[in-house]
Order: sequence, then structure tokens, then C-alpha cells
Amino acid sequence: MRQKQLRVILTFPAAVDAMAMESYGAAHQVPGRLIPLPSAVSAGCGLCWSAPPEAREAVEAAAQEAGLRTGGIYELML
Amino acid sequence: MIYFDNAATTLQKPPCVAEAVVQAMTTLGNCGRGACAPGLAASRTVYQVRTKIASLLGCPKPGQVAFTANATQALNTALFGLLKPGGRVIATDWEHNSVLRPLHRLAAERGVGVDFLPAGPDGALDYGVLPKLVRPETTAVVCTHASNLTGSLVDLEQMAAAAKAYGLLLIVDAAQTAGTRPIDMTALGIDVLCFTGHKGLLGPQGTGGLCIREGVDVRPLLAGGTGVQSYSPGQPEEYPVRLEAGTLNAHGLAGLGAAVDYLAAVEVENIRQKEAALARRFYEGVRDLPGVAVYGDFSVDRAAIVALNIGEEDSGAVSDALAQDYGIATRPGAHCAPRLHRALGTEQQGAVRFSFSWFNTAEEVDQGIRAVAELAAET
Repeated sequence: MRQKQLRVILTFPAAVDAMAMESYGAAHQVPGRLIPLPSAVSAGCGLCWSAPPEAREAVEAAAQEAGLRTGGIYELML
Repeated sequence: MIYFDNAATTLQKPPCVAEAVVQAMTTLGNCGRGACAPGLAASRTVYQVRTKIASLLGCPKPGQVAFTANATQALNTALFGLLKPGGRVIATDWEHNSVLRPLHRLAAERGVGVDFLPAGPDGALDYGVLPKLVRPETTAVVCTHASNLTGSLVDLEQMAAAAKAYGLLLIVDAAQTAGTRPIDMTALGIDVLCFTGHKGLLGPQGTGGLCIREGVDVRPLLAGGTGVQSYSPGQPEEYPVRLEAGTLNAHGLAGLGAAVDYLAAVEVENIRQKEAALARRFYEGVRDLPGVAVYGDFSVDRAAIVALNIGEEDSGAVSDALAQDYGIATRPGAHCAPRLHRALGTEQQGAVRFSFSWFNTAEEVDQGIRAVAELAAET
């Protein structure tokens, strides 16, 4: 397995919001990418946005500016 | 073969549609299921199609576009998801069975009352009756945008004004108009717009959906896997996933996305004008032929459909003669529009429907006129 690193995780209630985040992120150079939802956040499945911890404010701002529905934001070792 | 059955499905599609489907079938995983590259590619593709459909139809957000297999499933989702036991709904005599049969079932199973805006013997709707149909239990109006039999357009501005005045939801069946004329559901005051992908939108069969105004609470028709919230016993609350249980037709939707790109490039208003010109040319070529009866009002804007009969000839016999002797594809019979046929007095005879598309030509229309003239002369 890869060495774990601290990541900031933004979750979404539906895949459409995750896709909107990716679309907005690509257009506005928001750091990060979509990854499978970690079980530490929620058991089950789905997508979330994973970014370096220093990008937390940028990620939160991007989700707000894009008008996305979000779940929570977390810092995890992944 | 000349294809004039575009109200059933458009046969000719832009080449990019099939190309997109083939590309999707060889590259896409399952939309909303995981973060592997093919899965994400499917999710991206479907999201892009939501965005394009929302833009085309005036839906406020891509997330308010829920995909279904066709307009019928979209209408069932809207009607079963919005009409409650003991409530009432107003429909019109122009409705397709995709609306009528769900309403019949809702009446039988939930006691939902249905009141119809009546069509006269000329097929025209009597909008003056509308206020009288509203009762305290009435919660919604459902109407087609264009009759799939005559091509006549419902006055959506009038329906929306009435819905707003009485606090009713407005559900519109755009099966015959999406892609063939500009539609802005927000500007028109539509709460739920149901569409199919394989007619005017020029996409593959097996695609369709509903666009839902924000704040409208459509209960899910189906329950099942969504790729999110897997340990929750119920469907997710969020649109569009709440209405999309099970694997989406991402392959077909990829084709639909390519079709919408094509529509954007040629512009829907140009399509409307060309189709209207073809229908007008055909109408003017057949309306005065002896023994030919044409249905609907041609003095106003309308969808590119012309329904006719020749004398007392069975519509099926006429359609078969057109196919066998002239290579012209039309649609005879009842067109799943029983109430309008009854109003027009064509319940037994049916009608021969000619429906035109962006890909038809004036030369094809002229061949159709000559064929009808010859058949009428033989009758």
C-alpha cells in the first residue's frame, strides 16, 4: 500500500455534485481529485474530493462558489 | 424509403450519435459506481449530458435533470411521485396513453380524480373551461406540449398562468417538442418537463428523463442501487439520484449528449423553421385534394405533424399502400391518443400521420403529396 498522507476530504450527498465539483475544479484549478469515499467517513460507497490539507480553504470556497450540495469536510490520513 | 414517422422516432440521426454510443460501449464503466477510470468516465459523460439537457430545456441545474428510459417512464415518475390519494389532476383530451394510462391507474389505485380539458370536433381545446375544472382537491395540471396526433400545440402560457393562479403544479409532456422547438421550462413556468431522447432530440432509444424545478418534491417510483448512501434503507433524498435507481443507460446517454451537441450547432430554432416549412408544404399540397380530410388547426404555430384521411378508407390500408407502392413510411391507427380520436370522430378509421424531421427534404414531401393525390384519385 502507498504511504498514508494527510488529506482533506469533501463529501457530497449525490454523485452529480461530485461531478460538478470535478468540472468546477478543472475550470478553476482547484487542487485535488475524486476518490472513493473512505470508510472512515461513511460506510458504503460514493465519491468524494481529496486534496492536500493546505488546499482546504480553496476546496471549501470552490464548493460554495459552485453552489454545490456538500456533506462534510474532513482531514484524514489516507 | 421516405421516412415520415418521426413522431414515433427519428430514424435518421447525426452520425456522431452512433459514434458516441460505440465509443461509450468500449470505454465507459458504470456511472456513479466507484472512482476507477472507466467509472469516472461514465460519471463524467452522464454529468455532461445533464448539463447539456439542462441548458437546452431551461432547467435551472444539471442536478435537477433525472434520466429515465423514455418519456413514459418520466411521466409515470412525475405522476406517481406527485399525485396523492384523494387528490385531483387536470389533463387534456390531447394526451397520449403515456399520461392517460398512469392517470387511469392512479384513479383506480389511489382514488385520484381526473378532469379533462375537452377537445371539440375540430380538435381544438376549450381553454375557457379550465377554471371550472379546478376543485379544492386539484393539485396539478398535466398536458402534452404538442398533440402527437395532429401536431397542434397546447397554449402553455395559458396553462402555466392558470396553474400559477390556482397554485397547481404544471407537468408537461414534451415528447413531441424537445429538440424541435426552443423550450425554456423556467421561463414558461413549468414545474416538471418530461422528455424522450429518441425523437426530436435525435438521440438513441432508451433515453429520456424529467427536468424538475427546484423545490418540487417527486417521490421515487423505483427503489434500488444508487452508488451512494448504501447502508440507508431508503432512496437518497437528493436529486437526481433519488429518481435513478439502478444502472443508467450511459451508453445511450452518451449518444444523446452527442445529439444535443449537434442540435446546439445547427440551432433548434433553425430545426423548427425547417420542419414547419416541410409540414406546411405538405399540408398545402394535400388539403384541397378531393376526399382528403386534414386534422388540426394550421393557422397557428404547430409541430411538424400532418394527420389525414382519404375518404372512408381505413387509415391502415392507406398507410400500407403508401409503404408498399411508394416506399413512404407513415403511422396509421390510433397513435395512443384515444380521447382526441374520439373527439375528431376518427375512432374507427384512425388517421394517417405524416411527421417530418430535420433530415427530410422538400423533394420527399413532394413525393408524399403525389402519392396521397394518386391514392385519393383512386378512391
